[in-house]
Amino acid sequence: MDKFTVLTGVAAAIPMVNVDTDMIMPKQFLKTIKRTGLGIAAFYDMRYDENEVERPEFILNQEPFRKTKILIAGKNFGCGSSREHAPWGLLDFGIRCVIAPSFADIFYNNCFKNGILCVTLPEVQVDALTQKADGAEFTVDLDSLEITEPDGSKTSFELDSTRRHNMLNGLDDIALTLNHIDKIKAFESKQQAQQPWLYN
Amino acid sequence: MAKTLYDKLWESHVVHQDEGGAALIYIDLHLTHEVTTPQAYEGLRLSQRKLHRTDKTIAVPDHNVPSTSDRMEKIDDPESRLQLETLKQNSEDFGVEYIPMDDIRQGIVHIIGPEQGLTQPGKTIVCGDSHTATHGAFGALAFGIGTSDVEHTLATQTLSMQKSKNMLVKVEGELPVGTTSKDLILAIIGRIGTAGGTGHVIEYQGDAFTNLSMEGRMTVCNMTIEGGARAGLIAPDGKTLEYLKGKPHAPKGAAWEAAVTYWQSLKTDDSAVFDKEIVIQASEIIPHVTWGTSPEDVLPITASVPAPEDFDDTDKQSGARRSLEYMGLEPGTPLDQVPVDKVFIGSCTNGRIEDLRAAAAVMKGRKVADTVTTLVVPGSGLVKYQAEEEGLDQIFLEAGAEWREPSCSMCLGMNPDFLNPGERCASTSNRNFEGRQGRGGRTHLLSPAMAAAAALTGRLTDVRTVMEE
Ligand code: SF4
Repeated sequence: MDKFTVLTGVAAAIPMVNVDTDMIMPKQFLKTIKRTGLGIAAFYDMRYDENEVERPEFILNQEPFRKTKILIAGKNFGCGSSREHAPWGLLDFGIRCVIAPSFADIFYNNCFKNGILCVTLPEVQVDALTQKADGAEFTVDLDSLEITEPDGSKTSFELDSTRRHNMLNGLDDIALTLNHIDKIKAFESKQQAQQPWLYN
Repeated sequence: MAKTLYDKLWESHVVHQDEGGAALIYIDLHLTHEVTTPQAYEGLRLSQRKLHRTDKTIAVPDHNVPSTSDRMEKIDDPESRLQLETLKQNSEDFGVEYIPMDDIRQGIVHIIGPEQGLTQPGKTIVCGDSHTATHGAFGALAFGIGTSDVEHTLATQTLSMQKSKNMLVKVEGELPVGTTSKDLILAIIGRIGTAGGTGHVIEYQGDAFTNLSMEGRMTVCNMTIEGGARAGLIAPDGKTLEYLKGKPHAPKGAAWEAAVTYWQSLKTDDSAVFDKEIVIQASEIIPHVTWGTSPEDVLPITASVPAPEDFDDTDKQSGARRSLEYMGLEPGTPLDQVPVDKVFIGSCTNGRIEDLRAAAAVMKGRKVADTVTTLVVPGSGLVKYQAEEEGLDQIFLEAGAEWREPSCSMCLGMNPDFLNPGERCASTSNRNFEGRQGRGGRTHLLSPAMAAAAALTGRLTDVRTVMEE
């Protein structure tokens, strides 16, 4: 996973509630056996019409939002399925940070596994950021836990320390867990003694 | 301190507690299918890792599997075929038990876990699929994960996660005649909303749940994710034991006795406190159907399509406007006047034997409307076999419905069963999202009995009126 320290880039607002994972990544793209190349499929039905022609009114089809790195979204973003193809698509499009009043649990977790920072802020603050997202660049600093808006004003946010640490250092979750392999084995021995039917 | 069932399940699986708040949780069962595993195995190969252990993982193809009888000979879509072959190959390469498509045990991953007795009270169960919540019906802590976590589980048999909060949904009293477990969970989601359970694990308590069969409980827990919760739980009881006894992977002999003693301890302490509580009266719930593009857009079948102005919240108003446009519905139209083109009976929500019995009871001796294509898709080979033993297939065929092979089928259009743009479907599945059943397709979620009634009349229909005739 790539490190996440400071991200500067264009922010696009999609102020809709309950944007589900089927909208972020429709099912026909779940047949891939690769993680990459899904950027063209992100928000597919919103981006293209029935004839696969771009819809000019959709924000990510407009300049400078084609280069969006930060997405400002509505409540309950990413609800629905566990498909990691949704964050893979965002990442491949170039989005490394999503700011919203709330996220669905599995999606939230999947984003962090792929180096996408999810920032949860109260709705009024998200609305305020939405107003300022006119194509100018925002900066998200994970070290200082601050968003700097184009006019220089700052909004701070919170994140649990484990996630922050892992993102800042680009740590591989599996390698971290395997540091505890002795504890895992000890757990298994104890569980096997107490609940032998789990080990048939 | 008094504990909830969730607290107990969580605490009994903590391998390591991190200072940052995350814990390493041991996983007792990992269910895998073809859609969310290829990249996980690719990751293992790239980092030259193996499975931590192979005896707690099982693989079955389901999402891409066609529901037609010639599916063993041909799968037209090359991408589907590749994904299915990849699952088989990866399972072989890494030593995971694989249930092939021509095995009678094959079916939707959430149907086969319980059928094989792999799903047991007290276990932690994961799968790269959000409807893993289904298995909570047994008092197992079961939740969906993304592909990175699939890889993490394969490599370590653990997951690093934060503990959720406790939420209680209590439904007292008896469900009225004609109201099923599907109506119950739709009514709950209508009440709490799709984000109502976010950050929580829901425990269901009350007569309305204990009176349900295991199949009905699975339907409820299955759709818990539609209420935003990570997992749903129903404490194990006599029905749970009865269901499990004798299943292929259930413990036998002395091990069974020991397991039962442990399983009986799996319940919430009387004085345990939940972070959030909802109480609903069962007697008030009648058959439900969705009208919009989110499972929370749901109403009793006797209601009419709402207008955006009916909602107080401005977000909800704009959501409703978009939904109605997508669904092609006019506010004020009685829901039971909405015509349908297709009816789908199946999926991990309602593809079990009891669901097929309920649909067959409505269709028996009657005919499907000429304007409607009706697909009945058993959730597994064993469900199909049982249904055929009982003659249900004949009832469906005589009514003019199609009887298919086990698959996720039209729940999501990854296989050849899908809706065409503008087509409207009465569906027993779990998601009515835009494009879920096919681009431009319109989905109304309802129970198997309600779906059967819609097949007969060609429109959304209160099943109670059909049963009276
Ligand atoms: S039946 Fe539908 S919801 Fe269930 S596992 Fe298959 S695709 Fe997912």
